[in-house]
This record gives sequence, C-alpha cells and structure tokens, in this order.
Amino acid sequence: MGKGMKDNVIISVKGISKTFGGLKALIDVSFDVHEGEIYGIIGPNGSGKTTLINCITGFIKPNAGQVFFQGRDITGLAPHKIAHIGIARTFQIMRPYYTLPAFKNLIIPLWSPRARKIGGWRGGGKHGDRDTVAVDILEEIGFERDSRVPYKLASTLPTGYQKRLELARCIALRPQIIFCDEVFSGLSMSEIASMLPLIEKLKMDGITLIMVEHRLRELFRVADRVMALNFGEKIAEGDYTEVIEDKRVKEAYLGSEEV
Amino acid sequence: MEMMRKERIDRGIKVRTEGIYAISAMKEILYLLGPRLLLIVGVLLLPFFLELAPYWKRVINIMFVYSLLALAFDFLANYVGLVCLGGAFFVGVGGYLSAIFNSYFHIPIYISIPLATILGAIFCTLTILPCLPLRGVYFAIVTLMYPLLATRVIEALNILGGTNGITGIASFPHEYVEQYAVIFVMLICLFGMRRFVNEDIGLVIRGVKDNDQAVRASGISITYMKTLAVFIASLMCCFGGAYIAHLYMWAGLSLFALDFSIIPIASVVIGGGGTLVGAVIGSFILVPLSEFLRFFGTFRIVIYCALLTTFIILKSEGIMVYLQRKYHQFERWVKV
Repeated sequence: MGKGMKDNVIISVKGISKTFGGLKALIDVSFDVHEGEIYGIIGPNGSGKTTLINCITGFIKPNAGQVFFQGRDITGLAPHKIAHIGIARTFQIMRPYYTLPAFKNLIIPLWSPRARKIGGWRGGGKHGDRDTVAVDILEEIGFERDSRVPYKLASTLPTGYQKRLELARCIALRPQIIFCDEVFSGLSMSEIASMLPLIEKLKMDGITLIMVEHRLRELFRVADRVMALNFGEKIAEGDYTEVIEDKRVKEAYLGSEEV
Repeated sequence: MEMMRKERIDRGIKVRTEGIYAISAMKEILYLLGPRLLLIVGVLLLPFFLELAPYWKRVINIMFVYSLLALAFDFLANYVGLVCLGGAFFVGVGGYLSAIFNSYFHIPIYISIPLATILGAIFCTLTILPCLPLRGVYFAIVTLMYPLLATRVIEALNILGGTNGITGIASFPHEYVEQYAVIFVMLICLFGMRRFVNEDIGLVIRGVKDNDQAVRASGISITYMKTLAVFIASLMCCFGGAYIAHLYMWAGLSLFALDFSIIPIASVVIGGGGTLVGAVIGSFILVPLSEFLRFFGTFRIVIYCALLTTFIILKSEGIMVYLQRKYHQFERWVKV
C-alpha cells in the first residue's frame, strides 16, 4: 500500500481472466485501487492493459473473475450502466464526435442520466445552461475560453486538444474513477508537461485515476502506485521504485530501456 | 502555367452565435426567412393552384406522404446511422391499423388517424427492437424483410381481408381537409425535425451515429436512443400509411409495397442526405416526375433510371447541399 493512503478500497479486481480464441490476454489479474490515488498500469505492447480496462468498464466480458466497485459486484454489467455508477474511461484511439464542435462534444455526457442527477442545473437545465457548463469544463481542462478553440469542429483540433477533449468528456460525467488509456501517447513533451498539472488537479478534486501508460517517466511523476503486466500476467506491484527494481519487470520491459 | 483555385467565403451574416440569434437588419432577417417562407407559402398555396389541374391533386397528396417517408429515412440514416429499408412496413402498419379502427370499430377519421399513428409507431418500434444491435447493411437487409413478411402473413392467414384488403374506410370530409392535413403534418415534421436534431437530445442521437462506444462510455444506453429514434421515424411513416388508407378508402397489401421503401431513399439521394429539407425537395421532384413519365408507358422506367443515374453522377452531393452552399457562400477564382 502507498504511503499515507487511506484504507478505503474503491475498486477491487479479483482474478480476471480473458482469452481470445487460443490467446490468453489476461491471466488471473487481481489488484485493489484506493480512493483518491493515481494507480498506474504499465507493460509492453500486447501485455493486456487495454483488455483489462475493457473488462472492467464492461466493453468486454471476462471469462473469469470479478470486479467490485465500492463492494458491489459490477462484473459483466453493460458499459452504460458501469459509466452510470461513476466509472468513466477514455479511449486509446481518440474518438471525439467529429461532426460536432468541441464544446458540443460534452453535451452528450452532460445529457446522460448520471450528469443530470449529480449536476442538477449544471448537468441538466435548459439548452443554454448545458452549453455554458460545457465551455466551463473545457476551460478547466485547458481550452482557452476566449479563443475560438472550444467552438472549432472536433475533427479540426490538434492531437493535444483531442486528448484533452477525451478527458473532458469523462469529467463531464462527474465520475469517481477515470480510466485513462494512454493519454500521453502521441503527445509532444511540452504537451505532456501541460497535461501533468491537469492530472494532479483531478486527483485534488478527489477523483481516482487509473492510468495505462507507455511513457513511464511521465507516469512515475504522478502515480502513487504502479502495477506491471506482461503477457496478461501481473508481474509486479508497488511504489514505482520497487517496480523499476523488480527483476521480472526489467526483463519484460525495461531491460532494453534506460529509465 | 498559372494555377487557379476556387475559393469559398462565408457570407458576412452570422446566423447564430452561441445560441443567440444575431439579427439586426431587415436584410438579414429576409436572408434567413426567405428560403423558409418560399417553401412554406409555396406548399400552402399549392392546393389553390391545383384547382387548375384536378388530376394532379391525388399525385400531390401522395407526394407529401413520400416526403414524410423520405424525412424519416434521412433522419434514421444520416443522423442515427440506421439504414432502414422497412419504410413500407411502417406505412402498412399505420394504414392497416387505421383501417381496422375505422372500418371494424367505426372510430371516426379524426381519431383513427392519430390513434393509428401512435399505436402503429409503438408496434413498429417493438417489432424492430430485436434488430437494433445490428449495424449497417445487416440492419438494412433485416428491415427490408419486414414488409415482405407482413404481406405473407396476411396472405397466408387470410386475416384483415386477405388479398382483397379492408374496404369501407371513411374518406376525408372535404378535398381541402384532405390536402391540408398532410401539408400541415409535413411542415410540422420538417421544421420539428430540423430543430430536434440540434437540441441536446438530438446531439446525443447524432453521437450514436458518430461514435456509439463513446456514447455508451458516457453512461447512455444506445439501445434506448435508437429505440427513441425509430419511434420518431415510424410516427411519421405510420401517419403516412393511415393517411393513404383514408385517401384511397382501402387498405390492402399494396401498402406494404416496396415503393414506400425505395422511392424515399432515391429522394434523399437526389435531395442531399443529412439536410432533411433535401429529402422533402427530392420527393417533390421524384414523385411528380414519375407520374409525368406515365406518358411513355413501360418505357418510363428506363427514362426514370437514366435520369436518376445522371443525377447521381453529376450532382452526387444532392440538390439541397449544392443550393445551400451557393446561398451561404461566395465563390471566386484565385491564383494559387
């Protein structure tokens, strides 16, 4: 357990396994995430990180194992039900609603039953209100309010903004947990540098973040605890220094790379 | 060699900025209202002009029904992402229900049409429900089967008048009632749908087409959204069916004819998909054209096909998309 972390487990994954045909994508993966922490999941390509997220958020049904959210079994629930109870996710391949302007992208999560229940007038209310809330959220996440960026078509935004839009769409849902699937990939160093305070801020707001990453250096700057996957198996877990020092992690992933 | 390129510039009137209508001058108001008024007034005056050509009255009524069907198809295909070839099924259900209410239960026409519209839409939505997880061409093929299936069921079981159909349905009390009923419904549906797709709930429905996974990840059930969309579309089609049944005073197997599935699609292609108005304009062109070509006897199908093909090759974007661009933008040639 991380230093000074409260002992309330918000999400608990027990023995998740998933096979695609003959391929074992996940083998008996278990871990607990505590409320308010940033939990990193690392591993080489094809180690099952995204499959793990898909299993937890309901996009794929696991063959075995269970997922508990605040003690409640949510294994195999439909994705929209899992999102409704407060588990949001971003997609590795960015999927904004291309034909809508950036701020209109947020109308969709803001319209969702969860946002309307929690946000009250901020989530629901009249047409104009929801637009204002959308621009507020975009500003929070680094879109300059007075520029034309929030009103541009989502398809014309640069990658950095599209990644932010993915996160904004999660925030609009007012979730308790956000699963971030490689939010740093494809970004320049300066773009990542501006993303990091954003991640810290979400943590300050009390949102638990589970981050799947390739970019270890950046992940280690924000993550409280890290888990390493290799060929669908959990090979290490703990403080990032412990994980880096782990022999199996070095072999699987870091052996050829200088960190 | 000097290269030239066509440059397009938006006209200086910004219609809508963040939800505020920025209209200040008469010229701008006319710029916005002009095309809309042209359509509304033109359509409303049509029955008076038709006094000069009584034969065309029937054709024009059917034309408005087709424009409703085309509107429904355009909405489902270009805003929800469901290519529904089952338009004829919706029409048939609406028509037969209205016939049953009016002929068997003697419910007056003013009640039987709305009742058939709503109950028909509920029935259609429930029967389409199992197919909603299907996508693209699979959904299209399965929905194409629905009207064929309904025809066979009625034929085989010899119910609802069998191949003879249901007769003795009340007609409209007056010619003008007959014409304006469908005109008003068409105008309400057209402008209602145009507004609906830009409301928040409409954006969610468009999100389903753009990226259904992200909609699910936002905590919204896509099955619910698709069901809602099919319900709205089948409302329009069922009204069309109920209207035709009362217009012909007869409901028969031809209400399930594939014309009701196919002509709306052709209208949307000609008018320009995704504009909604285009669907209506498309059927305003196609249906009278098809009637006009009756002069040529059986040769009419050949001419019809040739015209359609030419159109698709030369102006594949559709009439409305083309006209809207010309209306909203300047064009000029500039040096590269």
